[in-house]
Amino acid sequence: MVVSEKIKQYATQLLTAEKTMQSIVPLTELDASLSIKDAYEIQLETVKMKLDEGRHVVGKKVGLTSVAMQKMLHVDEPDYGHLLDDMVFGNEAIVKVTSMLSPKIEAEIGFVLGEDLVGPNVTFLDVMMATDYIVPTIEVIDSRVEDWRIKLIDTVADNGSSAKVIVGHEKTKVNEVDLRTASMALYKNGELLATGAGAAALGNPAHAIAWLANKLHEFGITLKKGELILPGALSAAVAVNAGDSIEAKFGGIGTVTVHFE
Amino acid sequence: MTVQINQQKMVDYLYEAERDVKEVIKLTDDYPQLTIQEAYRIQDALLARKLEENGTKQVGVKLGLTSKAKQQMMGVNEAIYGYLHSDMLALEWEAIEFSQLIHPKVEPEIAFFLGEDLVGEAVTEADVVKATKYVAPALEVIDSRYKDFRFTLADVIADNCSSAKFIVGSKWVSPHMLDLGQIGMVLSKNSAVEQTGSSAAVLGHPATAIVWAVKELAKVGKGFKKGDIILSGAMSEAISFQPGDTVVADFDVLGSVTLSCN
Repeated sequence: MVVSEKIKQYATQLLTAEKTMQSIVPLTELDASLSIKDAYEIQLETVKMKLDEGRHVVGKKVGLTSVAMQKMLHVDEPDYGHLLDDMVFGNEAIVKVTSMLSPKIEAEIGFVLGEDLVGPNVTFLDVMMATDYIVPTIEVIDSRVEDWRIKLIDTVADNGSSAKVIVGHEKTKVNEVDLRTASMALYKNGELLATGAGAAALGNPAHAIAWLANKLHEFGITLKKGELILPGALSAAVAVNAGDSIEAKFGGIGTVTVHFE
Repeated sequence: MTVQINQQKMVDYLYEAERDVKEVIKLTDDYPQLTIQEAYRIQDALLARKLEENGTKQVGVKLGLTSKAKQQMMGVNEAIYGYLHSDMLALEWEAIEFSQLIHPKVEPEIAFFLGEDLVGEAVTEADVVKATKYVAPALEVIDSRYKDFRFTLADVIADNCSSAKFIVGSKWVSPHMLDLGQIGMVLSKNSAVEQTGSSAAVLGHPATAIVWAVKELAKVGKGFKKGDIILSGAMSEAISFQPGDTVVADFDVLGSVTLSCN
């Protein structure tokens, strides 16, 4: 695929913003002609540039899976981003707030695939069958766009506003929980902030992953065995500051904690 | 050659009935001599056309006439099978559109998800359980394309065994963890109990019904593949529903599965 100079230029701007911690004005304000297809091409270009720097793709994330988020951005479908190896941290990780622009966190049920998932026509049944195990995760999202002033096209180009993911160490098989009703309770510094359940992610988190597999088929991309897939937040995102400890407890799935400094 | 021309005509007839959401006169009114073998060939051709035109994929099999009562009603002593396509999957969290269906009914079933291939005439109930990775609660929406849901055995087979949609619950269980022959089920519509039943209604044990299907498929050189879903047969009589209805099947151990209709 020949990538236009425009796509490369915007991709470079986003990567520079991430590295220099200087946010950019929304691409949609710079260039009203950008389409959603352009946005995904910009994202793919940023990923390609990171791969050229030696990074590896270790998974994908689905975003905008809640009705609330979709309404906020006036869209009726989710988006996605790539997870790279340097974004993933273990339980109890200590993360520097200053390594990001304006971080927020979300609790998600992570899926680790035991088999490839190739669109089209992937259903949540296929996702259940292809899943090796699920893990408790906290996703740290961040926007390279100033003040989170994003439209759909802005966040798609910006790799779905993804930043980091903290993965708990418990592994659970899909037949050990009910993915729609699995509980999630989110705590900041020991105080309960939000609760939710699996169905917050598009009705069933496995359905969000089926959406992703089918969407990626449009770009000739496959969800690979061994990849970590984040199917979307189970509650609204929460802003974090240095000194905060965040804990997400999932019924039957385990607990994951991250400390910000 | 006459037979082939007729088959194509019958396939088109049933395909269009489903596509246009209109009931039609049963095939055997015009072709009383239609055999079971011919009916399965019509089903095959009908499904091939649907796969091609809808761009979907085959995901498994559903069994029908798995209860003694239904077999007696139809005057037969065998079950039947049809195929499931990915576009037949409906979701608990999205209402079914009544306008896309003719005169739907819904029945509760246990869905089997295979972790291994299951083929051959020598297969046993123990093999079925061993090959099954998960079982889950399911609702099957049947919607005969024939007027008043009236048909002969050959008619219903040609019509892919009245298959329309299926819904699978979110609690999946390893079959080794339960007694699959004794799963109780309560089927409610708008909170009122409509039917109760047990997995024992499915030929005594759902695995027995699946053994029957594996052996039947082996006769035509087919079988089940890893990843296939099998809807093992109704655990009670089917019930009808209307726009605005919510149908819930509660299963012992397996949780529940819900259908809502717009």
